[in-house]
Amino acid sequence: MHKQIEGSRAVAEAVALCRPEVICAYPISPQTHVVEGLGELVKSGALNPCEFINVESEFAAMSVAIGASAAGARSYTATASQGLLFMAEAIYNASGLGLPIVMTVANRAIGAPINIWNDHSDSMSQRDCGWIQLFAESNQEALDLHIQAFKLGEELSMPVMVCMDGFILTHAYERVDMPAQAEVDAFLPAYEPRQVLDPADPVSIGAMVGPEAFMEVRYLAHAKQTMALERIPRIAAEFEQRFGRKSGGLVRSYRCEDAETIVVALGSVLGTLKDTVDELRNDGQKIGVLGIHSFRPFPLAAVRAALQGAKRVVVLEKSFSVGLGGVVSTDVRVALSGLHLHGYTVVAGLGGRAITKTSLARTLREAIADKLEPLTFMDLDWRIVNRQLEREAATRRSGPIAENLLRDVGTVASKVH
Amino acid sequence: MTAPIKFYQTGTFTVGNRLLAPEQRSVQSSLERSNSLNSGHRACQGCGEALGARYAVDAAMRATKGRLIAANATGCLEVFSTPYPETSWQLPWIHSLFGNAAAVGTGIAAAMKVKGRSDVRVIAQGGDGGTTDIGFGCLSGMFERNDDVLYICYDNEAYMNTGVQRSSATPPAARTATTMAVGADPGALFGQGKNVPLIAMAHEIPYVATATVADLRDLEAKVERAMTIRGARYLHILVPCPLGWGAASQDTIKLARLARETGLFPVFEAEKGEVTTVTKIRRRVPVEEYLRPQKRFSHIFGAKGHPQMLERIQAQADRNIRRFGLLEDAQ
Repeated sequence: MHKQIEGSRAVAEAVALCRPEVICAYPISPQTHVVEGLGELVKSGALNPCEFINVESEFAAMSVAIGASAAGARSYTATASQGLLFMAEAIYNASGLGLPIVMTVANRAIGAPINIWNDHSDSMSQRDCGWIQLFAESNQEALDLHIQAFKLGEELSMPVMVCMDGFILTHAYERVDMPAQAEVDAFLPAYEPRQVLDPADPVSIGAMVGPEAFMEVRYLAHAKQTMALERIPRIAAEFEQRFGRKSGGLVRSYRCEDAETIVVALGSVLGTLKDTVDELRNDGQKIGVLGIHSFRPFPLAAVRAALQGAKRVVVLEKSFSVGLGGVVSTDVRVALSGLHLHGYTVVAGLGGRAITKTSLARTLREAIADKLEPLTFMDLDWRIVNRQLEREAATRRSGPIAENLLRDVGTVASKVH
Repeated sequence: MTAPIKFYQTGTFTVGNRLLAPEQRSVQSSLERSNSLNSGHRACQGCGEALGARYAVDAAMRATKGRLIAANATGCLEVFSTPYPETSWQLPWIHSLFGNAAAVGTGIAAAMKVKGRSDVRVIAQGGDGGTTDIGFGCLSGMFERNDDVLYICYDNEAYMNTGVQRSSATPPAARTATTMAVGADPGALFGQGKNVPLIAMAHEIPYVATATVADLRDLEAKVERAMTIRGARYLHILVPCPLGWGAASQDTIKLARLARETGLFPVFEAEKGEVTTVTKIRRRVPVEEYLRPQKRFSHIFGAKGHPQMLERIQAQADRNIRRFGLLEDAQ
């Protein structure tokens, strides 16, 4: 059924269609509307049976999900940003124990300085935690990925993060096709745990493992992610067959057939990027887009296959590794090992800065001319950066950076070019 | 109704049990006991925590007819019971993290509720570090929501698993690896720390109790009582640690008894924030008798001792006696 609803509401309804049995909620912008929607569905009786628990922190949210999942309940939570970091210890624990919890991450920047707007720093900070990480391009895909995530996670007995851009997707009203309950029930079977806390068959979960077997346990986690490389496209194909639309999968190419330049990106920026590429194509540029929809497991072979015919690759990232450069770029370079392509990293949209077609087109034209710096911070305001550097060179007690920059800018509003 | 039999009247628990009707005897006296924390684990000789956990969990198992799930915090109890590839637990048991046992318990209870398995009950357990410090947020959250979990704290008054560092349950003047017996003010500072049973009562949860391994029938009875109640319940058990306290292994029960008989560790029950029963002190003893056998307090005594510390600790015991009415004639 088609509905014109907010992205968060679409995700809440999709999660409800998956019949979660325990939902734990701790509010953090921009995730709030997702858990509010689910809370209402549980409270009204529309989602039943389900326990909705208002916990006291994100650490508790993930911990309650761990207990519920280990006791055999389909478990869900959602978070973002600082919340993801606050639950980090439990995130690793959930994957280490092999518990198929599904979590929405409404992607948001990490402070300091505190910033509630979108980028990918939060999810990227947890890229090595052992969870599957899927990235949604649109609200429709966010909705669909949650349905696929429960199936994928439960088949492999490992947890799945569905990452959707905070505000850009979570707070955007778009038309989505909401599946019927019967269709989802036919796609997603009841949860059959591999391990469960059951008085009739007592097991110890979470025992200590020393050097004798720790490496093997960790390797098995990697082996499961490797299996996910095969399951993700299969589940996406099954989803397409049943629901009639393409969602998820490992990677999706756009106008890459004869492309000399391919731009790699994740999440909602793919929409703007495709529009920009259409315009550049109209100008005769041979350019295409590769969207990565599964960041963990990272589809090395699929990325290599998609990029190997190009002359240059531009990785457009909403996060970066301070002191190095691109996070996604590093993984893309592993995929391209031995191939001699021009590689560029473009860091853009940090802390919610708008990524415009104008800036993208300018940056990509520079890349096509091979005049782009290997690491570019798109739309960085060098005037205020240099002013702060000069201030620090001149004065020992130069003061708090964020306040200085806001004073220089003369406004606290976010800046749109 | 006849007065309840007190086991100190009989000298031994074996004889004490024989004086009772079979259904009133200790869980441990029964061949049907579940041995939930089975033999073969790696606790130290004289470990109060192993003793307390064995009695508490077996009592909970009997009260629930074996339909029990346990969540365990990181700590001695977790480490000594599950060294790879062995486990001593003969009930469904999960260890997740140091600071989240109460929340994991909440999750298990929620799963049981949603699956219509209200017959299966949940305990969460940890040491004082996992309870009063790192797990305190999750514990308070579980209390506040009144989740159907019995949380058991085995309090040995410091981080014993990591090598005897101070926790917020460490008593003043005690030497730990991070409150060394050096300087003008040796050992843990006065005026710090948390009284988690009282904090639990402030949440107005249905049941809060304290117990020691000196009176194991009382401990069993409190677990049984707790399992008759739904909602958040808290049981705080004093479990002496020979290693961390610098005490003889055979003195574990004696020290637990002295902690109660000095008034330093009040043994009581409370329902919905109000004290309902208090275990009276049978024969009041000065705190010195409790402190002297423990090397962690040895700097208080001797030629270069700190008699003022002894006075302050005695004053604490006296205050507990007044506050909880621990003497028969204290009313």
